Amino acid sequence: MSQQPFEAIVTEHGPTVLRVCRAILGPVAADDAWSETFLSALRAYPDLGPDSNVQAWLVTIAHRKAIDQLRSQARWPVPVAVLPEEPSRDGVSGSGETELWTALMELPLKQRQTVAYHYLGGLPYAEVAEILGGTPQAARRAAADGIAALRQTYLKGTVR
Amino acid sequence: MTEIFTDLPEIDAETRRRLHARLVAAATEAGVIDVAYRTVDTPVGTLLLATTERGLVRVAYPSEDHAAVLEQLATRVSPRVLRVPARLDLAATELEEYFTGRRQLFDLPLDLQLSQGFRRTVLSHLADIGYGATASYAEIAAAAGNPKAVRAVGSACATNPLPVVVPCHRVVRSDGTTGQYVGGADVKKALLRMEAAA
Repeated sequence: MSQQPFEAIVTEHGPTVLRVCRAILGPVAADDAWSETFLSALRAYPDLGPDSNVQAWLVTIAHRKAIDQLRSQARWPVPVAVLPEEPSRDGVSGSGETELWTALMELPLKQRQTVAYHYLGGLPYAEVAEILGGTPQAARRAAADGIAALRQTYLKGTVR
Repeated sequence: MTEIFTDLPEIDAETRRRLHARLVAAATEAGVIDVAYRTVDTPVGTLLLATTERGLVRVAYPSEDHAAVLEQLATRVSPRVLRVPARLDLAATELEEYFTGRRQLFDLPLDLQLSQGFRRTVLSHLADIGYGATASYAEIAAAAGNPKAVRAVGSACATNPLPVVVPCHRVVRSDGTTGQYVGGADVKKALLRMEAAA
């Protein structure tokens, strides 16, 4: 089977990769990780096997780029361009998206990663475990803890 | 599943545009875009234009199915295909000038890698047919060094990767009728009419 033009890969998977990056890094730093991910993917694309799971491949690259970002943020703390908003507590929320990213940022990294790769990146826990190390069971537990915490922080503040 | 992620809004068009532009800028700087493309609206339909580092590699009519053409480029040239309109600004301008009667000759660098062997030899002779003129399939076969290969000239024209720019529309049948065309017989007639009127 032949490969799709890379533009089609960007169109199809761009939004998913962006949500994964936002979940790990927040909405501002996510743009950098997104373009780093697709630049790296474009370089390597001709060597990708024809039967590869493209989405899993991209999420794996995004994972590495996000880690790079987190490390450089730790070394060189930069002021964020947009102040994260507090989740609204009065039951009137906007799109809810900003509140969600803020709530995710409050989770420990491992929970954030497992939630992002499984729920937003669409990877089964076996593949999440492959990316992060550890067992699929541990990945499932971390994601479950993350979701439970989000129910407490994010969903509590919004009317559903 | 969880209800937390079910109501996330679509990534809006502005965000997608901004990220795509960033990727194009970074990939251009890194030199990893092997095929750049855009579309351009003309009186004979929306044309797909694609270029490599070497030059214009493909012009395609809507009837060829642009998505299929991009897949063909990914297979035959490189899968590193991105939409980069700016890389094709010159080609788009020259085509616009041609379709408004202000240009008779294209001076774009061409990449003929999608045409090989005798077909490529045929294409290299088409530029000799001047604007507004025509030549027969038999005449082109003779010019290409094989007078008997009239049918092969026909298939070289039918598979011309660069229609309009490499003027296969100026090759007509010996009986004076216009014959087939990759963009459709009507488009061929329209191009010849336009050139005759200029």
